[in-house]
Amino acid sequence: MEKQLYTVTVFSENQVGLLNQISIIFTRRCLNIESLSVSPSSIEGVHKFTITCFSDRVTMEKVVKQIEKRIDVLKSFLYTDDEIVYQEVALYKVPTEKLLDANLEVIIRNHSARILEVTREYTVIEKTGHSDETEALFAELKSYDIRQFVRSGRVAVTKSPIEYVDMFLEEQNRRKDNAI
Amino acid sequence: MSEKITGAEALIKSLIAEGVDRVFGYPGGAIIPVYDKLYDYTDQLKHILVRHEQGATHAAQGYARVSGRTGVVIVTSGPAATNVITGLSDALMDSTPMVVITGQVASAFLGSDAFQETDVVGITQPITKWAYQIRRAEDIPWAVARAFYIAGTGRPGPVVLDLAKDAQTGLLEWSHKKCEFIRSYIPYPEVKQDDLQVVADLINVAERPMIISGHGVMISEAEKELAALAEKADIPVTATLLGLSTIPSSHPLYKGMLGMHGNIGPNVNTNRCDLLVAVGMRFDDRVTGDTSKYAKQAKIVHIDIDSSEFDKNVKTTATVHGDAKEVLARLLPLVNEAKHTEWLQTFDEMALVEQEKVVKREVFPESGLMNMGEVVHKVSKATGDRAVLITDVGQNQMFSSRYFRYTEPKSIITSGGLGTMGFGLPASIGAKMGAPERTVCFFTGDGGLQMTIQELGTIMEYGVAVKIILLNNNFLGNVRQWQELFFKGRFSQTPMVNPDFVQIADAYGIKAENVETREQLDGAIERMLAHDGAYLLNVNIDATDMIFPMTPAGAAVDDIMLTPDEKFKLD
Ligand SMILES: Cc1ncc(C[n+]2csc(CCOP(=O)(O)OP(=O)(O)O)c2C)c(N)n1
Ligand SMILES: [Mg+2]
Repeated sequence: MEKQLYTVTVFSENQVGLLNQISIIFTRRCLNIESLSVSPSSIEGVHKFTITCFSDRVTMEKVVKQIEKRIDVLKSFLYTDDEIVYQEVALYKVPTEKLLDANLEVIIRNHSARILEVTREYTVIEKTGHSDETEALFAELKSYDIRQFVRSGRVAVTKSPIEYVDMFLEEQNRRKDNAI
Repeated sequence: MSEKITGAEALIKSLIAEGVDRVFGYPGGAIIPVYDKLYDYTDQLKHILVRHEQGATHAAQGYARVSGRTGVVIVTSGPAATNVITGLSDALMDSTPMVVITGQVASAFLGSDAFQETDVVGITQPITKWAYQIRRAEDIPWAVARAFYIAGTGRPGPVVLDLAKDAQTGLLEWSHKKCEFIRSYIPYPEVKQDDLQVVADLINVAERPMIISGHGVMISEAEKELAALAEKADIPVTATLLGLSTIPSSHPLYKGMLGMHGNIGPNVNTNRCDLLVAVGMRFDDRVTGDTSKYAKQAKIVHIDIDSSEFDKNVKTTATVHGDAKEVLARLLPLVNEAKHTEWLQTFDEMALVEQEKVVKREVFPESGLMNMGEVVHKVSKATGDRAVLITDVGQNQMFSSRYFRYTEPKSIITSGGLGTMGFGLPASIGAKMGAPERTVCFFTGDGGLQMTIQELGTIMEYGVAVKIILLNNNFLGNVRQWQELFFKGRFSQTPMVNPDFVQIADAYGIKAENVETREQLDGAIERMLAHDGAYLLNVNIDATDMIFPMTPAGAAVDDIMLTPDEKFKLD
């Protein structure tokens, strides 16, 4: 089956140990998590996980259903890159001395990067973009002796006009009123 | 303002408020405050002191599965908590409602490798429906209510509450409110009428339909609805191992058990039907064999309460997400009356072959040592086919589930998904306590019995009247069979040197007798069933006896061995 990069988003209650519950579902199927980011969502009390993983659709659909089965998980979704707007941020720490030889202005302009800090010893450059873009800058800066490089996990929002989590929560509020 | 009570007392009051009247457990340092309070509540909450914490979990499982109520276990921290792992895993696999309360070190010590500290929540998360650590006394009522709601609703499963010691001694104002709603959890999905119509349309045009009845039918108590649907549309019903007894063995539409050692008709017809209607089952590999050769010619309909089971192992044509009872009841009016006489006959023809080639020599042998099948057959008959069957794991499990006959629902309790040797003895204790009016027959092997044999002490202490039939082949028979068939008869570590089981039972004050020959069997069964209390029959079984039919692991469902050198063939 054809493999590609998938983005899984998970919306959950804010409970201890959820990351463990989610990550073991990947581990059991021998799936490598490529990147992961966790943060509060726009909905109060709801946390959002964004996970990327290289696999096939059938496997990923099963993973998403098994994640959603965890009690404290509200909703989980599966996306391909064309269904989302996504970003990563990368930081590069490069010796300032080396950069003096480079055509820094061209590099920064071409890559739409930013300089965050300059000291006598080092300069910190920031680049947000897709991973191929942050990698391209990495490749360019490599010859200037990069000391540290770090890239964040992917963050993503959907292109769909429908906000499924909000709908789910509204639906659940109705259920709650009926239950009690 | 109401008076404050300790967390330990709150736990007990909350359990009682949840309708619990019996717990299985074992005390220890990190749970002592709870046991101290238990002392004041013995008239409302009966505690069964098992002999090993694993036994507490299996007893709770037996209790839960026979009664449909949630089984409850209380143990201490550390080694006691790790001793419940097998039972939790078993209960998750076999969808059994259970709440396990483990003691934990005081919250200030958490994470410090304190004495008898184990990361219980971390260890149990993958094998529970929910695992939660309670660190404050005031969270106890909420957590207990939530635990019972989660364990007992939807697809049932085990829940762990890890109770820090200071939460047991801390004070709270107790009031208990049952949980009826969790925002992130939908136990009973709304069944979609459109989905039902799709399934009904498929059933109405099918010429060779077949129903698979699984554990879900038993859990949702949908036996009547299942039979009504099958009868109206004249559809043969087959059962998974855990679905046995969801339809009486004597029902004309019941055509047998599926799986590796199931009946020939249902297994072969899986690959000849045009519609498979699977209810409350999960297409386990012991049922499907090689999925690439499983029911490829058929449309598959899957009805289940757990949508993560859809298309997990087998690709479906249509699914209905919902509780079996509701789904089957609502399907009935949409389904047309039909007759499938010729199709039904094909099952009966294969049953005849099975009778001739397998059952005859197993159940009605004329000479030689005793077989497991004949013992099971005789015990079942002697109970009027009305007893609850508990099995252990191995050949004894397959023989007893095959040759026992079922009349009432909830009549089989066996470790299906996990296949836990040692499950049976404690499970039979729980089952007898959950259904005291019923006869409980526990079939076991010499290997499995010895895995939890200490629970004979529990039987002794509480006078639990279980009938133990030890099918003793002095071998790890199931493994021996594989070695004989697939490993050139190299019996590596499967012969067992066994103790005198009758003497062991005797030491526990349990009546027991050896059954050496066929001639002694009927009398022994009669004495066992006539006796008021527990009874053990140590039956001398032919070690070379093998369980057939058999679909070798990884083969297609219709690739069936009748003997070591004969395969089933369709004429
Ligand atoms: C806890 C556990 N350990 C090992 C096994 C593997 N196993 C399955 S059946 C079996 C043999 C069981 O022997 P016995 O209890 O004597 O039953 P028999 O097959 O002889 O009826 C073994 C070792 C298991 N299922 N469970
Ligand atoms: Mg044996």
